[in-house]
Amino acid sequence: MNNFQYKRVSSPLAAISELSKNPAAKLIAGGTNLVDLMKYGVMAPDKLVDVNHLNFDAIKKEQGLLHIGATVRNAVASANPDVLKYQPLLSQAMLAGASAQLRNKATMGGNLLQRTRCGYFYDISAPCNKRVPGSGCGALEGYNRMHAIFGASSSCIAVNPSDMNVALTALDAVILVSGPKGDRKIPISEFHRLPGTHPELDTTLDKKEIITGINIPDNNFAAHTTYLKVRDRTSYAFALISVAVALDLEGTTIKDVRLAMGGVAHKPWRLKEAEQMLKGREATTENFKLAAELAMKGAKAYEHNAFKLKLAPNTMVQALKTASGVKV
Amino acid sequence: MIEKDSRRDFLKKSSVITAIALTPAAAVKASDLKLDERLSEAIEQMPLSIEINGQQHHIKVEPRTTLLDLLRERLKLTGTKKGCDQGQCGACTVHVDGVRTLSCLSLAVMNDGAKITTIEGLSDGDKLHPMQEAFIKHDGFQCGYCTPGQIMSAIACIHEGHANSELEIREFMSGNICRCGAYANIVNAIKEVKAGGAI
Repeated sequence: MNNFQYKRVSSPLAAISELSKNPAAKLIAGGTNLVDLMKYGVMAPDKLVDVNHLNFDAIKKEQGLLHIGATVRNAVASANPDVLKYQPLLSQAMLAGASAQLRNKATMGGNLLQRTRCGYFYDISAPCNKRVPGSGCGALEGYNRMHAIFGASSSCIAVNPSDMNVALTALDAVILVSGPKGDRKIPISEFHRLPGTHPELDTTLDKKEIITGINIPDNNFAAHTTYLKVRDRTSYAFALISVAVALDLEGTTIKDVRLAMGGVAHKPWRLKEAEQMLKGREATTENFKLAAELAMKGAKAYEHNAFKLKLAPNTMVQALKTASGVKV
Repeated sequence: MIEKDSRRDFLKKSSVITAIALTPAAAVKASDLKLDERLSEAIEQMPLSIEINGQQHHIKVEPRTTLLDLLRERLKLTGTKKGCDQGQCGACTVHVDGVRTLSCLSLAVMNDGAKITTIEGLSDGDKLHPMQEAFIKHDGFQCGYCTPGQIMSAIACIHEGHANSELEIREFMSGNICRCGAYANIVNAIKEVKAGGAI
């Protein structure tokens, strides 16, 4: 690991000021991803700004929304009574991610900024446009079993590794950020980016901005949510495919639905067309299969990940069946 | 290669070159001003107050020192193991303020004021912790390398309330990899300690 300066800040303004003064500075909270990347030499910031003491550690039910502070640990949020009561999908997704030890450390803000686990991004001897813009993409013609089937570009076919982000996307979360020009709110659909010609940028967060919290608007989904994650082992592995489902059912009729997929794109992949199709229809396996077919429109596989073209719709149908309680 | 220089001199020189290449402005400045390399090291040291197994330490560390390296290399508490050093295997699990954490991904300097418990801090003299006893009784290991991490994680698993069934134990112990495959016996050890209610 490179050596670096370390500074503990006690106010958001001080953190923003550090980022403004030094473009090579990085924030550190849980450090579960950044320290790892620094050990591999993938990232080498010359200053770390410790944001663990900014008092962004509240979980509050407010009028019309649930607020979760940026430095709340994933383990704390996933076990919080208000999260379990109002947004159980988020808890399910977070508990499907990483291990108990990592969730104890990882923060909400840090998880939003988790970087891809693409092997070519981690291997500093390999080309990677995300790590070194313009160096090429090793995965495109390489071993791309874990890679994207939606929204990729010729520059990058990496996927966002987070489970939490998939649930937040299904739940229309809003990311609260603070920067030199003041505060702003970014809908999660606009927070993570597709790679395009700039895969080095994971998000639309400005380099001088900090995440202060996440708001999740109230909904009627709590009784029917499922996060189904398919991976190479039962626990503690990144998703091959994951699906977040939230249903508002009236009897067996779907009043409202949210669907998002993980392990398939550079950002959590919202399935709006499939949602529209299901709205007002009966919760049946047949309808779920039609929705899954619609969801897969435009999917494109590479040499080693064609299995995802089958696994994704199958996972989606199974997740919808589980969330709705449909047996056949 | 470098015949006239001793290996030590060579390392010293190359470490200065590395320091110039990699260290932040302060250290580079110290080197530019031809200050002794010890001084440039001193500039990078951060004060740290940390309690480990009930003992207070007031020390200085480089910011890049992980909690794991502090424990093993500086304080000679080698019970905590370095497996992958990448946060993937769980061998380095310790308790930070009672919460299980991977010490390899935690910068020591970020644990200022924290209370750390390592595997060395579990026993009361010669009296082993109930989880240590259970691991022995159930043969919860072969090579033993992952065992300190398994035991620290297992105690936390019960404290967290995540040891209510075999499935739950397996899920919440999944961050501790055992390549000998002692999982079945580890689960039995945890089940017995949980049932005994001693912790």
